[in-house]
Amino acid sequence: MSVHTLGRLPLAYQPAGTFGTDPWWLVVLKAVGIFVFLVVMTLLAIWWERRVVARMQHRIGPNRVGPQGLLQSLADGIKLALKEDIVPRAADKVVFVLAPVLAAVPAFMAYAVMPFGPQVSIFGHRTMLQLTDLPVAVLYVIAVTSIGVYGIVLAGWSSGSTYPLLGALRSSAQVISYEIAMGLSFVAVFLFAGSMSTSQIVNQQTNLWFAIPLLPSFLIYATAMVGETNRAPFDLPEAEGELVGGFHTEYSSLKFALFFLAEYINMVTVSTLATTLFLGGWRAPWPLSLVGVDPAHPEGLLNTGWWPVLWFIAKINIFIFVFIWLRGTLPRLRYDQFMRIGWKILIPVSLLWILAVAAIRALTLDITLDRRTLFVWVGGVLAVVFVVSLAWDTLAERRGAAGAQDVPAAGFDPMAGGYPVPPLPGQSLPAYADLAVSPVSARAGSAEPDGTRDPVEGDDA
Amino acid sequence: MRTILAGLPGLAAATATAPAMGTGEVWLFWILAPIAVLAALGMLVAKKAVHSALLLALVMFCLAVFYIAEQAPFLGIVQIVVYTGAVMMLFLFVLMLVGVDSSDSLVETLRGQRLAGLLAGAGFAALLMGGIGSAALGTRAGLGPQSASRNVVDIATLLFTRYTWAFEITSALLITAALGTMVLAHRERTAPRPTQRELSEQRFRSGGQLTPLPAPGVFARHNGVHVPGLLPDGTPSELSINKVLAARGDIRSGQELDTPGIAASTEEEK
Repeated sequence: MSVHTLGRLPLAYQPAGTFGTDPWWLVVLKAVGIFVFLVVMTLLAIWWERRVVARMQHRIGPNRVGPQGLLQSLADGIKLALKEDIVPRAADKVVFVLAPVLAAVPAFMAYAVMPFGPQVSIFGHRTMLQLTDLPVAVLYVIAVTSIGVYGIVLAGWSSGSTYPLLGALRSSAQVISYEIAMGLSFVAVFLFAGSMSTSQIVNQQTNLWFAIPLLPSFLIYATAMVGETNRAPFDLPEAEGELVGGFHTEYSSLKFALFFLAEYINMVTVSTLATTLFLGGWRAPWPLSLVGVDPAHPEGLLNTGWWPVLWFIAKINIFIFVFIWLRGTLPRLRYDQFMRIGWKILIPVSLLWILAVAAIRALTLDITLDRRTLFVWVGGVLAVVFVVSLAWDTLAERRGAAGAQDVPAAGFDPMAGGYPVPPLPGQSLPAYADLAVSPVSARAGSAEPDGTRDPVEGDDA
Repeated sequence: MRTILAGLPGLAAATATAPAMGTGEVWLFWILAPIAVLAALGMLVAKKAVHSALLLALVMFCLAVFYIAEQAPFLGIVQIVVYTGAVMMLFLFVLMLVGVDSSDSLVETLRGQRLAGLLAGAGFAALLMGGIGSAALGTRAGLGPQSASRNVVDIATLLFTRYTWAFEITSALLITAALGTMVLAHRERTAPRPTQRELSEQRFRSGGQLTPLPAPGVFARHNGVHVPGLLPDGTPSELSINKVLAARGDIRSGQELDTPGIAASTEEEK
């Protein structure tokens, strides 16, 4: 790419709005606000998860503590904090204590660059509803979450026990693999927005949410974010059937609570990132975004003031619901299948997709090719490829069908391998073949000749 | 304080000719610099390899914060993502897998590596002193006022114009290294790997144990792994116990573990 092209790209690398001019008390207020938001979201998400999974399994779920059981997670949290704090004798003490802190702190830190809304007024100060923003804000989130992995890995190692170590190894392999796919899915967004700053990315989605033009990136991110947070069906680091509790097997009391907190905050963080990058951030969904739009207020009523916080939280909760839904529906993947999805599907597909996006951007911006001409050409090429592949498949199928006819239908052995088996397609029960009698007597007749064989022969070996 | 700081490479801008460091930056420096130096020393003296790796990660993290404070946010973030997040993580991964510790053999396998290490260290120190000296005493380049927000664009412009060739060569080097690793780790299979379906069919054909193995202790009166589970006829199931425990002689029968009182009461019931 030449400097010439670079100059032509719609670069808006600087954060939208003003940052770094808030008085100190406003910064503290925002930081405490984020902390409280994340803790409350965690408590709610745990309740929400238990209730939804319960409904999916025809149960009721926690409904005793507080209205609708809303305070159940609070009660559980207090109980957890009062439990005995066990440090195993074989543990590396310093690292064992450090690990849960390393998992929880970055989880909170990542939220510093998340845009909750546009400019609002707090006690008379016009300020952005976001703690801060950087020209490289999205990369900052990746950096901070990669530090959070240290918590998991060190917890596994310092426990001085086998299952946690295995869980930690799985987890580090998993997060490194899925972080690549995750990072690659961001590249298309950066190309479209011309910025890595979260507020600017939200700003660029005024007319069209990036989930629509960048659907493949969105789907790749949605898959990678489940892998990144160690949630079902990708919860291999804590697969209870294989590894007891995985990396946190030896943890109890508040240290375990910190891991618990970190997992749920990470869930909220990746959901927020998905919202910000692909679903228009705090922007109101389409029909609502038109309310109150006039030349004086191009943003509309529901995209200004404190309204956007509502859309923002609603979108996050939709993602969290999907997380819960996945957990209630899908069985856990096998480790090799999981790694295959990451390395052989997600990464190559996102590389190809980035290539395509970059090519389209370069062609439309640099050569100023009309987008319609471009799509006609690309569509034409795709159509030819499709027709050729269809013809190829038909030919292959015909060849396969011709080959299949040559295979002689083997005689039916009702006790093949020592167990009673039904006839395969193309085979028929000998009773039907020999006598033309009613099914009832045929079944009785067929059972007899082989009935003397021991069905479990060789079992005593 | 300014004269002390003037000798440091990144902070040379703080001398009289350039704008002075903000108070925040001074605080940041005097808090993080000792941490970084102590962590670097700790890395050398730590006994456990994992502790060394952790302290190295801390040094890298401190450096990243310095980069960000020096208005190079992209460099700082990339330092964390690439070095702290990926490279050190792989280091830890290997350390944990291999289980390196201080009890390793102290025999040097590479001849003359101490001398080579000393020479390389002295060379590096000379290079570093030269660089810092010329930055502190001579004319400085590239220390003009830079805007943090143009950081990414400037790096991209340099990377894709002046340094394209170097960039491509580096990537070729890395790909070669990755290919080399794959060749070393590659193992040729003599037969195609059996699929899960084939394994399952084979299990049924051979007619061995088809269901999962019985669990230890579940049908016995104790649920420890060292107590065999009881079959419906009351005999202990050999399949339910771990072979390693059996070889060690750790297996106990249910009756052996019964407390006298309970055993007596069950006898009475019979």
